[in-house]
Amino acid sequence: MTDGTAEAGYPDIWRRFTPRQTLVRYVWFLGAVFVAVWSVRHLDIPWFYFLDAHVQAADLAVRMIPPDWSYFDVIARPLIETIHIATLGTIVTFFIAFPIAFLAARNTTPNRLTWFIGRFILVASRSVNTVVWALLFVAIFGPGPVAGIWAVAFRSIGFMGKLIAEAIEEIDEGPVEAIASTGASRLKVLLVGVLPQVLPVIYGTTIYRWDINIRESTVLGFVGAGGIGIQLYASINQFAWDEVSLMLLAIFGVVVISEYVSAMVRQKIT
Amino acid sequence: MLKIEALSKSYTAGVAALDNVSFEVAEPQVVAIIGPSGAGKSTLIRCINRLVEPTAGSAILNGENVTNLNSAGLRKARRRMGMIFQEYNLVERLTVMENVLSGRLGYVSFWQAWRRNYPPEDISNAFKLLDRVGLSGFQDQRADALSGGQRQRVGIARALMQKPDLLLVDEPTASLDPKTSRQVMRILVELAHELSTPTLLNIHDVPLAKNFADRVLGMQDGKLIFDGTPDELTEDALTLIYGEEDWKPEAKAGSPAEQENADSPEQAAAV
Amino acid sequence: MIENPLLRHGLLVLAVMYLAWSLGSLEIDWSRTSQGAERAGRIFSRMFPPDFSRWSLLVRGVTESVEMALAASFIGMILAIPVGLCAASNIAPRPIYLAARGILVLTRTFHEVIIAILFVKIFGFGPLAGVLTLVVASVSFIGKMLAEDIENMGSQQMEAIRATGASFPKVLIYGVMPQILPRYLGVSIYRLDANIRHSTVVGIVGAGGIGQTLSATFSRYDYDFSLAILLTIIGLVFLGEFFSNWVRGRLR
Ligand SMILES: Nc1ncnc2c1ncn2[C@@H]1O[C@H](COP(=O)(O)OP(=O)(O)OP(=O)(O)O)[C@@H](O)[C@H]1O
Ligand SMILES: [Mg+2]
Repeated sequence: MTDGTAEAGYPDIWRRFTPRQTLVRYVWFLGAVFVAVWSVRHLDIPWFYFLDAHVQAADLAVRMIPPDWSYFDVIARPLIETIHIATLGTIVTFFIAFPIAFLAARNTTPNRLTWFIGRFILVASRSVNTVVWALLFVAIFGPGPVAGIWAVAFRSIGFMGKLIAEAIEEIDEGPVEAIASTGASRLKVLLVGVLPQVLPVIYGTTIYRWDINIRESTVLGFVGAGGIGIQLYASINQFAWDEVSLMLLAIFGVVVISEYVSAMVRQKIT
Repeated sequence: MLKIEALSKSYTAGVAALDNVSFEVAEPQVVAIIGPSGAGKSTLIRCINRLVEPTAGSAILNGENVTNLNSAGLRKARRRMGMIFQEYNLVERLTVMENVLSGRLGYVSFWQAWRRNYPPEDISNAFKLLDRVGLSGFQDQRADALSGGQRQRVGIARALMQKPDLLLVDEPTASLDPKTSRQVMRILVELAHELSTPTLLNIHDVPLAKNFADRVLGMQDGKLIFDGTPDELTEDALTLIYGEEDWKPEAKAGSPAEQENADSPEQAAAV
Repeated sequence: MIENPLLRHGLLVLAVMYLAWSLGSLEIDWSRTSQGAERAGRIFSRMFPPDFSRWSLLVRGVTESVEMALAASFIGMILAIPVGLCAASNIAPRPIYLAARGILVLTRTFHEVIIAILFVKIFGFGPLAGVLTLVVASVSFIGKMLAEDIENMGSQQMEAIRATGASFPKVLIYGVMPQILPRYLGVSIYRLDANIRHSTVVGIVGAGGIGQTLSATFSRYDYDFSLAILLTIIGLVFLGEFFSNWVRGRLR
């Protein structure tokens, strides 16, 4: 439909980017592609595994169906244990994350050194995965749910501590100063001036973390830290796929329900 | 040019938002559509380019029945219908030029569109239109950095980029102040006449409609109840469309939205 | 916080009852647990000083983890686009939308380690299973964000492009892409950082990376090397976070 005539007196070239901008964009893009390709090649992936992967996967699926419903009697207890590990771990975190958050928030920490310590604890806690923490606690407490509870707690401290510290840094300083000016002790200022302001955030993040922890607790058993993971790992290693599929179903149910509960409670609080 | 035949639309079964509307636009003219809120003005316009699917009836543009085209045919038909929106509907994060050029999207290949590699005649036409709407030099600004009036002028340029056979305009000035409204209307109507493009124009502002339109349609409850020249739009006709007394300046004190209009000397003068 | 005293005390009682029930029902070997403090002391004393002498093993593991994360982020970022589009209710037809949402829920529900072990069973030990696990997790995460962004974006801009007669792909690149691109890139970069963190754990079930090395040191009671690895992981995660914040800062 264009009539094919240019409008006299007006430029007929327009570029979205200057040549320099174009170059920069290409460099970023090619850089990303290069890094990805280099990574894949360097990993030395045996691509021929893909040749029969679909056969393997189909085979797996066939063996998984139907699930071995009778096995439910065996996994009922571990399933409840999984929930307990997540819940107790979260409760422990609730009490530890507070003081550390106060250390790690700029406006409540006593001095630079304590601030640094607080920050370091938060970073260290978050850098180490729950499962890795579990390895450590299994070595300490031996296999079982106690190791799992501590693993969950140690990983959650960083998560909750960071969010709470951020909330503390954003509080309204007015009431804090009012209480400080009455000559109250430092602890009192924290408890009366700061705490009430961040409590909603704390409740919210606790419940949010709780449902993440349910998900995490399902695999702690792989390293011996209790919960359904122990049975799951055993069944996978025995190639008892009909038991595996039942457990996957059960895990799916528990995780979805806990997510729903968590979302509902958080909606009620805020 | 455009023929609307018994066009109807009900969003919920039984309630007609558009009820058996028929009219014809036989020459390139600016047709203002007025009527109270909820009368079905937007629905009418959107049923023509099928952003809303009509329930019955047909819209015939230059002999082609748009209502029963398949999706490829509809896309072709939409190329020939430029649309201008109340909220401008520019792609905010794109530049002015990209927004204007997007009017040609129906004509370029995907790859050209992706690379912003439009034919030279499109680019010079875009520069010309930007100049005509008073925005020369703005081509590399992002759309979200513009004022309302500027955005609407980009919207006009985008629609005209399509070299449309029909302009569909849905309350182009409702989000603008009175002075800018008149500027935008003047640009729009001038260009429509200059390019001989028939234009359907929804508008709330009766004085603006009388001032700029060649013909006025009045709607109420989904029905077309007035069709005439601006001069024929007498007090009686307005009463018919808007109901008893509601449209008169003296009656406006009650409604704050209308109050704004009454306060504007520009518009008082325009009546 | 809770005004009603009855409710407040009721909740407290419930909490205590829960504690009693859960602690009672857990199978806890108290004698073993009570040795915890002592054993922790012994383990920590064995951990110090961390042993960096086997650094070549360490570097190899870390490199593998980082490569797994990079490859998986890139592939995941690309695969997330079709998944995200299909999972947006305002763009995709109903059946496709439901299928895509189903995939997202399924992949998000299962922990990476579960997915990893299934891949290990299909593809054998090694980084391939790890990369695939991280790809699945990335697609799930980025895809969900993308779908939500598309659902929340203004439909008006899209409608205007549609009204010009543009085909669906062109509506996507003009009406949709500009609105969601900045956040998509931000989320993808964030996911790279998350993948670096997760790449350290999939190794525990044999899916490659530094995690595999780490879990071996624990089973050999090789705690000074464990600490060296842990410190390296912390440093790596820190760097990853720093990089991701830097890039996201520049994107704005
Ligand atoms: N998407 C929709 N779904 C259901 N009903 C709708 C929808 N859009 C409009 N309607 C109804 O159709 C009728 C006509 O609406 P329309 O938007 O066409 O009126 P209008 O004349 O443009 O009003 P306004 O002047 O306020 O823009 C109204 O009763 C409205 O409630
Ligand atoms: Mg309307």
